[in-house]
Amino acid sequence: MPINYYLFLSLALFSIGMVGVLTRRNAIIIFMCIELMLNAVNLLLVAFSKMHHLKNLAINPMIGVDGQLFVFFIMVVAAAEVSVGLAIIVMMYRNVHSVDIQFLNRLKH
Amino acid sequence: MAMLSFPHIAYLIPLLPLLGFLINGLGRNHLSHRAIAWICSGVMALAFAASGWVFWNLPAGAPTILTAFDFIRVGVLNIPFAFQLDALSALFLLIITGIGFLIHVYSSAYMHEESASQYGRYFAYLNLFVFSMLLLVMGANFVILFIGWEGVGLCSYLLIGFWFRNPAYAQAANKAFVMNRVGDLAFLIAIFWLIARTGSVNFIDLPMALGTVGQSAKLSAMDITGITILLFIGATGKSAQIPLYTWLPDAMAGPTPVSALIHAATMVTAGIYMIARSNLLYTAAPLVLTIVAVIGLATALLAATIALRQNDIKKVLAYSTVSQLGFMFLALGSGAYVAAVFHVMTHAFFKALLFLGSGSVIHALGGEQDIRKMGGLKKSLPITYWTFLIGCLAIAGIFPFSGFFSKDAILLSAFLKSPVFYAIALFTALLTAFYMFRLFILTFGGSFRGMEEQRHHLHESPLAMTLPLMLLAVLSVVVGWIGIPEVLMHGGDRLAEFLSAVIPVASGHEVSHATEYMLMGLSSGLVLLSIYVAWSRYKQYRSEESESSLTRFLDNKWYVDEAYQAAIVQPLHRLAGWIRSFFEPRILDGAVQGVGRVVRYLSQQIRFLQSGQTGNYALWMVIGIVLILSIQFFIRK
Amino acid sequence: MNITPYIFWFLSVMALFSALMMVTSRNPVYSVLWLISTFFAISGHYILLNAQFLAAVNIIVYAGAIMVLFLFVIMLMNLNRETEPQKNRWLKLIGALAGGCLLLVMVAALKDAELRSQQAMVGTGSIGLIKVLGKELFTRYVVPFEISSLLFLSAMVGAAVIGKKETPETLKS
Repeated sequence: MPINYYLFLSLALFSIGMVGVLTRRNAIIIFMCIELMLNAVNLLLVAFSKMHHLKNLAINPMIGVDGQLFVFFIMVVAAAEVSVGLAIIVMMYRNVHSVDIQFLNRLKH
Repeated sequence: MAMLSFPHIAYLIPLLPLLGFLINGLGRNHLSHRAIAWICSGVMALAFAASGWVFWNLPAGAPTILTAFDFIRVGVLNIPFAFQLDALSALFLLIITGIGFLIHVYSSAYMHEESASQYGRYFAYLNLFVFSMLLLVMGANFVILFIGWEGVGLCSYLLIGFWFRNPAYAQAANKAFVMNRVGDLAFLIAIFWLIARTGSVNFIDLPMALGTVGQSAKLSAMDITGITILLFIGATGKSAQIPLYTWLPDAMAGPTPVSALIHAATMVTAGIYMIARSNLLYTAAPLVLTIVAVIGLATALLAATIALRQNDIKKVLAYSTVSQLGFMFLALGSGAYVAAVFHVMTHAFFKALLFLGSGSVIHALGGEQDIRKMGGLKKSLPITYWTFLIGCLAIAGIFPFSGFFSKDAILLSAFLKSPVFYAIALFTALLTAFYMFRLFILTFGGSFRGMEEQRHHLHESPLAMTLPLMLLAVLSVVVGWIGIPEVLMHGGDRLAEFLSAVIPVASGHEVSHATEYMLMGLSSGLVLLSIYVAWSRYKQYRSEESESSLTRFLDNKWYVDEAYQAAIVQPLHRLAGWIRSFFEPRILDGAVQGVGRVVRYLSQQIRFLQSGQTGNYALWMVIGIVLILSIQFFIRK
Repeated sequence: MNITPYIFWFLSVMALFSALMMVTSRNPVYSVLWLISTFFAISGHYILLNAQFLAAVNIIVYAGAIMVLFLFVIMLMNLNRETEPQKNRWLKLIGALAGGCLLLVMVAALKDAELRSQQAMVGTGSIGLIKVLGKELFTRYVVPFEISSLLFLSAMVGAAVIGKKETPETLKS
């Protein structure tokens, strides 16, 4: 498939995630949107890892493996991030009984 | 003694007074009167000894340049912090440290009534002044000279305003400072001009700049004229010439020894020194020389006429200083640099003597300065009386006192320049003799006219004050003998010979011996006559002198202060008033507050952006990203 | 007849549609389910690109573990359509516009890029295989891999500390 298609698909998913972050007030949903954005990037990384193949396979059969390992590490970091982030959200819910980010306006003070 | 080589000793000369300044300035609250006096006088004595050593061991011929360190080095411009030792500076070193030492000793008694802290402040300033003056005469280039020049201006301000609690004195200090600044500006511009044209400010580079060493000149005729005129304006500020002389009489607000040291013996001669130092430039600008001569002559005459009617003992001496400085400038303008330096030297001794004598009188009378309330002090103050008489004879120019020789040299040079100059200068010399003896007779002759209680307290000053008087009196007599004119004694003019390395001997037209004798005789005779007239007129002084429009004119010092007030000070005051009442509140404050108001308005608008909502911040972040990407991809192409 | 383009388009439409539904549904539980659907579509893309290892990990870790965690939290808090906070309409519009602008700008910027003629190899290649990636991971990338275990440990400790119920007694000590 042309790499452009993957590029635009990833961009679209990323932008949808961005719109979600901007339009929703529920902290969990926002968190999920961020996961979506990460996945969009992952998809693009994998697509790029499969590019240039025919030309370079003969020289180095392992080319592109770094990209997929990057995706792997992004998943690792995302899992860690989710565990800590959800813990924070749970704590917030316990204090203010809401997951509305409107309550997180301490930055003003 | 191997360590004490020539440069070491020379560096000691300015460093010793600086040391004294630091010790006294920092320790004035902890040191006793005695300690302060000993330290100050001690460093001066050592500096004098060092100066003497340098004077005797001065290498003949080319000047010795001692470079301490690089002061300013920018591109091709290199101004070293260097000292130049040659005949001229060595001579001035001797005068400054010698007279400075005597005046320090004198001051230790004169200022004794001040508290220890004030006493220390006074001596710290005095030492700082001597340091600056030494820097001025030792500097090997115009910039170092200028540092010293500013230093003495500062010290002069500090010392005139020493009793700053008196508003009039503080005013006098301000006046001196401001007037000096006017001249300093011209001096500074002259230095910049010189740097721009020649790239060097060293004195030893001047001949090269003038192109006398086989190279083409770096300075055009116009440059030379401009620079010399600006330098001269600088000199008029420091040396109290028309039009910047009015600060000097007011400077008498300071303690009397200060007047003696600064306003008679040393600082005011800085202008003379500077012009003598740059004599090569002036010789190349005959037009400027004539201007210098005319200004000097006019100042001498003007100040002498004013001195005729002054009743304050220090004011008379102040105007006589202005007048004598005028004589020196006349000599410079006539091309007789040696005569000018000679007169600086003799004048330094006898004017210091006169000021210190007047200080002794004032001290004895408990602060009285009005000569109409003196008289008959001969019996009570014998030492002061005799030394003062010697000073008066010296300044009047009676043979064989020192003033005779130097004044004669100046009159001769004026005669060579133009007989008209000579006539006016001679007339001024007669006036000098007249007002000096008026002062002398009113002070010491006749009977005492002061209050009874003052009469009881009349006393001769302590030894610390009379000793300098006596020393100066002796010096006032003998110092003239180093410049005996050729006609009286073959090889008598040792000063010109000594200075010949710095100041080339003018190969001008000689006058015949007969003419010279005639001029000497004429001036001596007329001066004696003038003294007789003064004596006969004032020996029976009773009350007010007759009033006339001329005397009133002189009483008011030609209304020069009033004219300055009306022409310069008042318009400035009015301008300042306008700025204060209109310009500052409306335009400056308006601009400043306007900026503040705009910022406050804008920040009140922008404040709403800071909602504290994370969502809003994310929105702004995205907008920012979009903008950056747009610029990156679309606009930069 | 090559079936690959059809699968590609099907998965792409599924991913975009699920993502849009995820963002727009009011009920958080539905959002989670739509997101899982998106992840499945993306995993399908991975398989299409012959990246089987990542496809598996994506389903296990993302669609499995992480999303279950989300679902768990949502259910724990009893969030539903009624409790869902809503932004006002204008802010939503501005947010959507901003996101749209971002997409527009990036697409406009990249549509003329050199990549146009490049192809992503679909259905072939061995780098996405578990054997190859595993070798790489335990040879060249062994240090980052071990460090990532430390990251997990610290995340675990952090989550435990943050999530601990703060009673007055524990606050004092």
